[in-house]
Amino acid sequence: MAPTAADNAFVEFDRVQKSYDGETLVVKDLNLSMPRGEFLTMLGPSGSGKTTCLMMLAGFETATHGDIRIGGTSINHIPPHKRGIGMVFQNYALFPHMTVAENLAFPLEVRKLGKSEREAKVQRALDMVQMGKFGGRRPAQLSGGQQQRIALARALVFEPELVLMDEPLGALDKQLREHMQFEITRIAHNLGITTVYVTHDQTEALTMSDRVAVFDDGRIQQLAPPDELYEAPQNSFVAQFIGENNTLTGVIKSIDGGRCAVQLDSGEVIDAMPVNVSKPGERTKVSIRPERVEINKSRLSPDAHTLKAEVLEFIYMGDIFRTRLRVAGREDFIVKTRNAPDQVRLQPGTTIEIGWLPEDCRALDA
Amino acid sequence: MTDTTSQSGPMLAADGTPLKKSLHRAQRRQKVRALMLIAPLLLFILVTFIAPIFDMLLRSVENDIVPDTLPRTVVALQDWDNASGEAPDEETFRAFYTDFALAEEQKAHTRLGSRLNFEMSGISSVFRSTGRDVGKFDTDYYTDQFVDADEVYEDPVQWSEWMADDGVASALPQTADAYAGWVKVLNEEGDDPLDEDIPDFVYTALYHDLAAGANPPVLPSVDVSGWDDISLKEQFIDSNEDWADPDIWATIKAFSGPYTAGYFANSIDLQSTPEGFAQRDEDERIYIKLFIRTMVMSLAITGMCILLGYPIAYLLSHLPARKANLLMILVLLPFWTSLLVRTSAWKVLLQNQGVINDILVWIGIVSDDNRLALINNANGTIIAMTHILLPFMILPLFSVMKTINPSYVRAAKSMGANDWTAFWRVYFPNSVPGIGAGSILVFILSIGYYITPELVGGVDGVFISNRIAYHISSSLNWGLAAALGSILLVLVLGLYYVYDRVVGIDNVKLGG
Repeated sequence: MAPTAADNAFVEFDRVQKSYDGETLVVKDLNLSMPRGEFLTMLGPSGSGKTTCLMMLAGFETATHGDIRIGGTSINHIPPHKRGIGMVFQNYALFPHMTVAENLAFPLEVRKLGKSEREAKVQRALDMVQMGKFGGRRPAQLSGGQQQRIALARALVFEPELVLMDEPLGALDKQLREHMQFEITRIAHNLGITTVYVTHDQTEALTMSDRVAVFDDGRIQQLAPPDELYEAPQNSFVAQFIGENNTLTGVIKSIDGGRCAVQLDSGEVIDAMPVNVSKPGERTKVSIRPERVEINKSRLSPDAHTLKAEVLEFIYMGDIFRTRLRVAGREDFIVKTRNAPDQVRLQPGTTIEIGWLPEDCRALDA
Repeated sequence: MTDTTSQSGPMLAADGTPLKKSLHRAQRRQKVRALMLIAPLLLFILVTFIAPIFDMLLRSVENDIVPDTLPRTVVALQDWDNASGEAPDEETFRAFYTDFALAEEQKAHTRLGSRLNFEMSGISSVFRSTGRDVGKFDTDYYTDQFVDADEVYEDPVQWSEWMADDGVASALPQTADAYAGWVKVLNEEGDDPLDEDIPDFVYTALYHDLAAGANPPVLPSVDVSGWDDISLKEQFIDSNEDWADPDIWATIKAFSGPYTAGYFANSIDLQSTPEGFAQRDEDERIYIKLFIRTMVMSLAITGMCILLGYPIAYLLSHLPARKANLLMILVLLPFWTSLLVRTSAWKVLLQNQGVINDILVWIGIVSDDNRLALINNANGTIIAMTHILLPFMILPLFSVMKTINPSYVRAAKSMGANDWTAFWRVYFPNSVPGIGAGSILVFILSIGYYITPELVGGVDGVFISNRIAYHISSSLNWGLAAALGSILLVLVLGLYYVYDRVVGIDNVKLGG
């Protein structure tokens, strides 16, 4: 089947706004368009509007303004039970008074499917999440991870085209969470369903998604694939929010195509790549990833600007070394180095010179 | 080196004592502490709750008064055939005379009459009238005869010496028994037997002993062969002709044991007959009807509370905390006024010329000469008690509904269930524990309710508890009250058991 226009914009938010109290907007002018089959994550701090967006899509909240469309049809006035959207809830919301099989059969029953068809589908869904033998159990008899699988199976058993997941892995421990991240993406891609996933865990967002929408203050700050989001953040919020990040503040001194010189507040001048700054004199926050900082001067180009840094703390973390430096008057500058045989372990108290490639240092809005 | 893990015996602690013992010792301190903490309450409950209830329940089978008051008669009646249709023989009446005369000395015959009156109405007055006569029986003839024969028979000091003699006591068993009974009564009343005249029934017993051929030592010999033989049976029947009625004697015999099933039989509308227990006449059966009515009306009240309370609890649990708290105060408002005030208010509202009837007539729903009977009947009881007990339904319902995760209903809707299906299939089953807790509370409270049915129940709106209260405070038939109470207790426990089997007591939640 050839992709159509509707497939490229299977789920659409068109200038959606949401206010609870009529005074402040929780979601401000949201525009989003998802192709069929995409795994999109809404990532953001709590109160950023991501869950509200999900609830509007599911039909439990109504948009104050704007249009939400699925497959080209506006769903603003369709009640939740007619939207045909599968949903996995934060605490799974498995019905405690029903067995696992009854839980899974519920959406099929309300759709008036025959008994044999129901049983076959329930079994298939349970097998899909490797819980085939647990149909007779009650949710309370299952571990958190098992409940999570059942919740997933229940959201998928009636074969919805769109599945919403609201922080489904929040209650699991780290190891199980990582395993389930993999499971969920595998199943979603195998079935080819469109998935909207809400989380505040950036690792989860980066590892699972085709695209990530970073929410803050009721707006999408950046909508991009994970690698782009990490390596090319569009503004200082995204840079701060995704991964670890060193921030230095200063003023643009000169700007020339793909390069700019930034005079830091402490006086030093560094090279950076202008992202959303346009003219000299503008204030900027420059962002450098800790692992992109070079401590070996010989590896830098001779004309690169370098900064003096005093080693404050050396932390051994196994696979990496984490070193805290005093740079340009700030004491929270972090450098990450790989634990390789030839790697130097910096001693606290020593002074070194650090630098970076200009394209790794992004001059963003202040 | 010994290896404690490989041996086959019990596990040993490090010092060689068995591990279980060691553990027990370690836990003993904790247990003692726990016991000390609850000890005051335990003692309080034991003294003020368990013991009185146990004592009360015991009264439902206790029957000491009959064998204690009529010990000789009870023995004599053992040989009497209560189906013979005739009163017992002279022998029994002689024993009864001694018992009765002794009882009359202590006025115990009236208490006994009241006790037996519970089983056969009318006995009480028979005992009373004969109690007035028993001192005036013709048996003073024997007294006079003995005193005429030898004046020493009049001397109580002499009597006391004779009776202290073992040979006399064994030769004159009836006399010794009667004398001993008399001395015991005098001692209990604080009188000195050496100062009191020997009563007629002792002389009577002496006559019967001698007439039977006894030959006692010490006593001055008297020839009684020519004396008149006074029939005690006739004396009693002369006093009150009902003594000839075998039914009285059957009743005494039936309730002669120290324990009786009579109160329980009474509480399920049985009465004692010579052939054993039989059902009362149709118009005298009240208790089973009352028990059934109590159950049915309590169920109706519970049902009303569910119907009225569920929507309110649902609303409360879905409101924001501030509004919910405000409304919760309104729900609890009835607790702020006295039960009596509220019940009296219902009287004003519900009576024939009351506010509700006036409004209905004014609107034209009912005609003036056809006003609704809303009070002094079962309607009144159900309306007033539903109002009073409603908070006991709403509170557990509310606290259970509070714990139902709102995402259950959302999940159901996301899976395609409409509002009703989501409620009925998902929300309602999760609220059942609240209904269960509320129902148990309301049902058990209403089954024992007393004041409200008393005030607004009229005749056909009263409960079994009103009957119990009547027997405790008015008819003073505590045994019957205790039996009714025991049956009520067993019924409640039985229902609780059934409830546990059907609903499951684990399914009852008061919140949390």
